Amino acid sequence: MNPKVVNKIATGVIYGLVILVVAILAALIGYILVTGVPHISWHFLTSPAQSFLAGGGIRDQLFNSIYLLVLTLIISFPIALGAGIYLAEYAPKNWFTEIIKTTIEVLSSLPSVVVGLFCYLLFVVQMRMGFSILSGAIALTFFNLPLLTRNIETSLESVSSLQREAGLSLGLSQWKTITGIILPAAVPGIITGIILSAGRVFGEAAALIYTAGQSAPFVDYTNWNIFSDTSFLNPLRPAETLAVHIWKVNSEGITPDANAISSGSSAVLIIVILLFNIFAHWIGNRLYKKMTSSK
Amino acid sequence: MEINKKILMPSKETRQERFGRTLSFISISAIVVLVALILYFIISKGISTFTDNHVNLWDFISRQDWSPSTIGKDGKPEVGALPMIVTSFSVTFLSALLATPFAIAAGIYMTVIGPKKSRGFLQTVIELLVGIPSVVYGFIGLTIIVPIVRTLFGGTGFGILSATLVLFVMVLPTITSLTVDSLNAVPKHLSEASLALGATRWQTIYKVILRSATPGILTAIIFGMARAFGEALAVQMVIGNAILMPKNLITPSSTLTSQLTTGIGNTVMGTLGNNALWSLALVLLLMSLFFNILVKLIGKRGKF
Repeated sequence: MNPKVVNKIATGVIYGLVILVVAILAALIGYILVTGVPHISWHFLTSPAQSFLAGGGIRDQLFNSIYLLVLTLIISFPIALGAGIYLAEYAPKNWFTEIIKTTIEVLSSLPSVVVGLFCYLLFVVQMRMGFSILSGAIALTFFNLPLLTRNIETSLESVSSLQREAGLSLGLSQWKTITGIILPAAVPGIITGIILSAGRVFGEAAALIYTAGQSAPFVDYTNWNIFSDTSFLNPLRPAETLAVHIWKVNSEGITPDANAISSGSSAVLIIVILLFNIFAHWIGNRLYKKMTSSK
Repeated sequence: MEINKKILMPSKETRQERFGRTLSFISISAIVVLVALILYFIISKGISTFTDNHVNLWDFISRQDWSPSTIGKDGKPEVGALPMIVTSFSVTFLSALLATPFAIAAGIYMTVIGPKKSRGFLQTVIELLVGIPSVVYGFIGLTIIVPIVRTLFGGTGFGILSATLVLFVMVLPTITSLTVDSLNAVPKHLSEASLALGATRWQTIYKVILRSATPGILTAIIFGMARAFGEALAVQMVIGNAILMPKNLITPSSTLTSQLTTGIGNTVMGTLGNNALWSLALVLLLMSLFFNILVKLIGKRGKF
């Protein structure tokens, strides 16, 4: 066949496939929003879930998701920051660093259900923490660490080495150079990475089923005593998140309006994650402009 | 004396440096220790089926009856994981097979033939697909794909086909973004040389760019397969969860991950039923390590 004709056909096929990919995404998001948004109401967002009756809301699940996200970031960010600094600035090029990098790759490709089960075994059962927000946050930390570490590492590495040399030539220690010069310059990339990882953590469910649990007991939003069983801040209470809730109402099938709840919750999840995405890009650009004074 | 001491003492900078170095080293060690702990716990739990309960390893991976609480005809408990292993591999391969052409097309579009503006747009589309949580994929699979499969092919609609279609969308962004990276890494002068020799754009893409990006694309596909193999909830919601040897693509079946998510809450710690599930987790872990090794091997061979 004439190569030019083949060229045209191939280009056409590629365009076709690309259009299909875009159509799939548009259909997905469209479907979730069209079926879900009508179910979102003030009542839906602010009333507790019902197991056997229709008309339950997602108040506790929504709060649990956010609380879990915050706890996860509090635990994982310092570790990831230290690890990222080590890999980007200190790590010598030798077999030991290779092993560390491989370990992080292994951790990032572990199935989340395996990570969840490990945390179930170690924290929930052996350390007797029970199904709790804290166990869930630790599980999500495992899941989040490799992503965040790699993100911080690349953000630090992308800072020009001139900046490092400038710091060192001023007589600063390497550590001071990192914390005082390199880190501030890498902040836009790091913030974007944190927000994007927050989106992933927010939607994760497989690692949480057996760590944070599948029940949302009554909590009192006026009880600020962190050690009280009914306090909303108690990190040792079981907490079903929004994503787990979607899974549970669908797989148990005892809630009469499971479909409505799942579409509403899915829409809430998607909207939150879309907002995370938009916010990450916006703040990344903005901080970048501010830090580098480029327009 | 005083001055001598002052000079020989570590300076403020030295102390800062030691502090920072130690701090960052502790963080990285924490991660390494965590991974070692995961490996240790899952492996030690996973092999207890074979060491404590004396199940034959070969029986475990070759027999088809899974019901650990009952004793089979030969007087041994029935822990044949073959149906789940077969199903897991089927959904993994099928979804990767389906997603690869789309991913390569999207990759070519984003690196070679697309106009600049729409490249960025496609990039955003791919990022959004990554961001959608797996339960949402599962829910959509349950409400759209399963009924469609049911009306088109009969049966219940649950099964490998539905799981494949759900996983296809889930692994597509993974494979695409890594494919884009490997296509971008192809040196520009190769394609310029090809075009200068009078090759058409497609000839250049097919015979030069794709050829030299093959190792990278293979890596991308393996990462996609690793994701598909380990995905739990989305698959669990559409696969039907019947521990049967899959006869075709539309009968209910069960993967390693789906059996784990449904089973672990219904078994008692320390019993054979529970240990057998941990062995499934061990299979998952080993496969994940295997995918990693595969990627390393390809990476070594495919350097420019």
